[in-house]
Amino acid sequence: MSIPVLEIENLSVSFMTRSTEVPAVMDFSMKVLEGDAMGLVGESGCGKSTVALAIMNYLGGNGKITGGTIKYRGKDMSSFSEKELEDIRGSEIAMIYQEPMASLNPAMRISSQLIEVPILHEKITKEEAWKRSIDMLEKVNLPDPERIMNAFPHQLSGGQQQRIVIAMALLSKPSLLLLDEPTTALDVTVEAGIINLVKNLSKEIGTSMLFVSHNLGLILETCNKITVMYSGETVETGEINEVFRNMRHPYTQGLLRSIPLPGKNKYEAPLRAISGQLPLPHERPQGCNFGPRCPYFEKELCSVNEVQMQAINSKKLHFSRCSKINLIDWNKKIKSSKKVGRKPSNDILLSIDHLSKDYDVAANVVFGGKKKGTIKANVDLNFDAKVAETLAIVGESGCGKSTFAKVLLGLEEASSGRVDFENKNIGEITVEERDKKTVSAIQMVFQNPFDTLNPSHSVGNQIIRTLEKVGVGSTVEERRQRMHELLDLVKLPREFEKRMPRQLSGGQKQRIGIARAFAGSPKIVVADEPVSALDVSVQAAVIELLIDIQEKFDTTMLFISHDLSVVRYVADRVVVMYLGKIAETGTTEQIFSPPYHPYTEALLSAVPIADPDIKKRQILLEGALPSPLNPPKGCVFNTRCPSAISGKCDSIDPPIQKLKNGHTISCHIDIKELSKKDNVFAQ
Amino acid sequence: MLVFILKRLFTLFLTMLCLSFIVFSLVTIEPNLKKLALNQANMRMEEEAVQTWLEKNGYKRPLLVQYSEWLGNALTGDFGYSTHFKKPVNDVVWPKLWHTGILMFWVLILTIPISLLIGVISGMREGSKTDRALSVFSIITTSVPQYVSGILFTIILSSWLKLFKGVAKAGNITFENFTLPVLTIVLYDIGYIARMTRASMVEVMNAQYIRTARLKGMSFISVVFKHALRNALIAPFTVIMLQFPWLLTGVVIVEKLFNYKGFGFLLVSAADQNDIDVTLACGVVAVILVLTTQLISDIGYAFLNPRIRFS
Repeated sequence: MSIPVLEIENLSVSFMTRSTEVPAVMDFSMKVLEGDAMGLVGESGCGKSTVALAIMNYLGGNGKITGGTIKYRGKDMSSFSEKELEDIRGSEIAMIYQEPMASLNPAMRISSQLIEVPILHEKITKEEAWKRSIDMLEKVNLPDPERIMNAFPHQLSGGQQQRIVIAMALLSKPSLLLLDEPTTALDVTVEAGIINLVKNLSKEIGTSMLFVSHNLGLILETCNKITVMYSGETVETGEINEVFRNMRHPYTQGLLRSIPLPGKNKYEAPLRAISGQLPLPHERPQGCNFGPRCPYFEKELCSVNEVQMQAINSKKLHFSRCSKINLIDWNKKIKSSKKVGRKPSNDILLSIDHLSKDYDVAANVVFGGKKKGTIKANVDLNFDAKVAETLAIVGESGCGKSTFAKVLLGLEEASSGRVDFENKNIGEITVEERDKKTVSAIQMVFQNPFDTLNPSHSVGNQIIRTLEKVGVGSTVEERRQRMHELLDLVKLPREFEKRMPRQLSGGQKQRIGIARAFAGSPKIVVADEPVSALDVSVQAAVIELLIDIQEKFDTTMLFISHDLSVVRYVADRVVVMYLGKIAETGTTEQIFSPPYHPYTEALLSAVPIADPDIKKRQILLEGALPSPLNPPKGCVFNTRCPSAISGKCDSIDPPIQKLKNGHTISCHIDIKELSKKDNVFAQ
Repeated sequence: MLVFILKRLFTLFLTMLCLSFIVFSLVTIEPNLKKLALNQANMRMEEEAVQTWLEKNGYKRPLLVQYSEWLGNALTGDFGYSTHFKKPVNDVVWPKLWHTGILMFWVLILTIPISLLIGVISGMREGSKTDRALSVFSIITTSVPQYVSGILFTIILSSWLKLFKGVAKAGNITFENFTLPVLTIVLYDIGYIARMTRASMVEVMNAQYIRTARLKGMSFISVVFKHALRNALIAPFTVIMLQFPWLLTGVVIVEKLFNYKGFGFLLVSAADQNDIDVTLACGVVAVILVLTTQLISDIGYAFLNPRIRFS
């Protein structure tokens, strides 16, 4: 057997703080062979990024490798001098980062940031480095490389920036590529393109990969091996299909059960969240770290001795760290507690009628010149929301879904058209002018729970303040009572009223956000990407909570999201938006099966799926989202549509084709033609 | 860019008009003028005589007329007559400004490189021993007021060690008599700018793109030079530009202390002596300087920070 590219044995990494030593990684082992793509998954804070940085031996001032070895091609990296490390970094081992914008120097042109890599490692001339950079930019599918070379990072889109970072990493043809959540900050369609690119290029160059991610679906699509980390240690590892088909650790199983699959809805495969939260590094329990959160926990077996890795299938390199491997029935299905067939009523609560929202932009911000452009954020939206229904609005960032939410909430005024709610057009009434009843009837759950709570007020006071604002209760005592009920509703202990936001985890903060939104018994709750900032294991719990509360009060929920798996899971009906316009509307069933709008089809195919049995068709969208300041003529999607008809799609607005049961598709292509397409997902 | 500069120059001119008008209307309020009249005649003047004096000097006319007369003269380069020095203002202000200019020149030529060096060195390795030592040094130098350090230097270096002279004669400067005033201002300023630079450097060194550069395999030193420096200099650049107007008027204490007859000295005595035309001229000069340095600072900022340039 050849020497592995990377071999980590019993690695321990600690961060030294003034008072104590915080162990971030303990007893971590992993082997990456030539041509391997190893996926490393786990919740945030489990130490996966620390492992990646430890390989680079770049842990900052206070990080230290306290035990174990990292071998690169058989050589122990701890014996390397600073100079030897610098020689390896960037040439043998390269890294791709989570936030492309932050990882590029804002004051330097792309060209100088690219050419310095080969100049540094291969001592070639500037001209040669320039030529090679151009070639690499072409390989990462960036149009017009000469122009991009002369650009500054802020002039490029997020996807383009990430392609630059990838080009930079691959310039010296490294033998190991570390990817630290490379697509978390990007849109799904962009993500699909980037993943495809990395996969092909690494094969072409012959690079092994270590892919750090929290997204099991992405790992399944890109890697051939997987290592699951929990609280600083490996809990399960093996070949990817083996692990996905025969999971032998409750944590891996829990992770998989907490993510929705785009083929299944809430009745077929209910989500099962992992209870509790990741222990702090210095509060790890005795025995199995996962014990306190494990549904199969048994005191005598799990919390006595340190659990060791055990072989399950040595041939497929499958190991697991669980003391009950042979005692658990791993194939037992979980049952849904939901009533199947709960139908939302047919009464229309909210009706959007030819709604448009434009923003005027001065051509020159500094002087406010006369030339003005208009951003058409919403163009002629038409749809209804029924009582107790979950209506999802999906699309890439910049498609206008958040603008619509702002208009609905009264944070922006509609430019034209109507938003009818309870026999009143509220599209032109801003939130200051709305009466208390309307304000409390339309509430919002925000995307980022970390920024939406005031850090200097206790949780209880913030909820009471909301109650005051929406006019619930007349005395403080009444409001306190109601606040306690709300805490019960979002399944938080009543003692939490005294807590400050910094004492809560992300999931708990989002629960407070939900409690506030439901404070005034709203009729409509707008949930703007309510779980995208949360960890997978927490996401499931928050989604379940939202669905439960909504069903309890028959609230209408407008669920804004770019994550189609989640949408499939929660929504009754879906509105797909592209560049301010509606591309397709229909029930969830209709949206997720043919006939598709070409854009919906591409969106669906971009979703990474964590199920090895599902095969999906791959449709990659070319190019970036056009600027809303200057939208394409005709059908706005024609510049990226794989089946655009030239001469028609790029000049004439597409007709809205009405199908049965309220399904509409806005496309030139005949419905018969669209119906011929296969389902994106096949078993 | 040219349009930008022209627009800024236009605003500069407008601001100057407004400010000079405000200063003008304040120094020409009646009680002040009466005081001036009395001063001119050694306090022996009847009320009637005061009125005649005001009439004679044209101070009885409407404010706008007086102001436009002053403005007209100022635009042609005539800033009036100094009642204290008994000379045209032009003969008083410009030489003094030149003297302060020389002082400022030496102060800046020493301060900028030294303070940037200190800031960058201490900021590139946050928390190291060098960083702590340099930070303590800069805190000490900024926290000692100039009138204390100035006196200390005079006592130790001049009176006791007899290395330098404690009095600087404007117009005839030598290494001996000019070192102490420069040193006093420089020491104070170094600490201030160095701390700003350090903070900015620390922030940049913790940025992710520095990690990217390091993980490209670049050595620490070349990362500092190629990637960190330019980003780290954006903030101190603004601070340095703000030093110009501050130096012009802030040198008062040092000029007084070392009896160096410069612009600050003049400003104080003009205000003291109720010297209307000199005060006005000084005000105009200060405004021009503030606005010009700000213009330069904006242009330089756009140059250092490409995100500003293109957006």
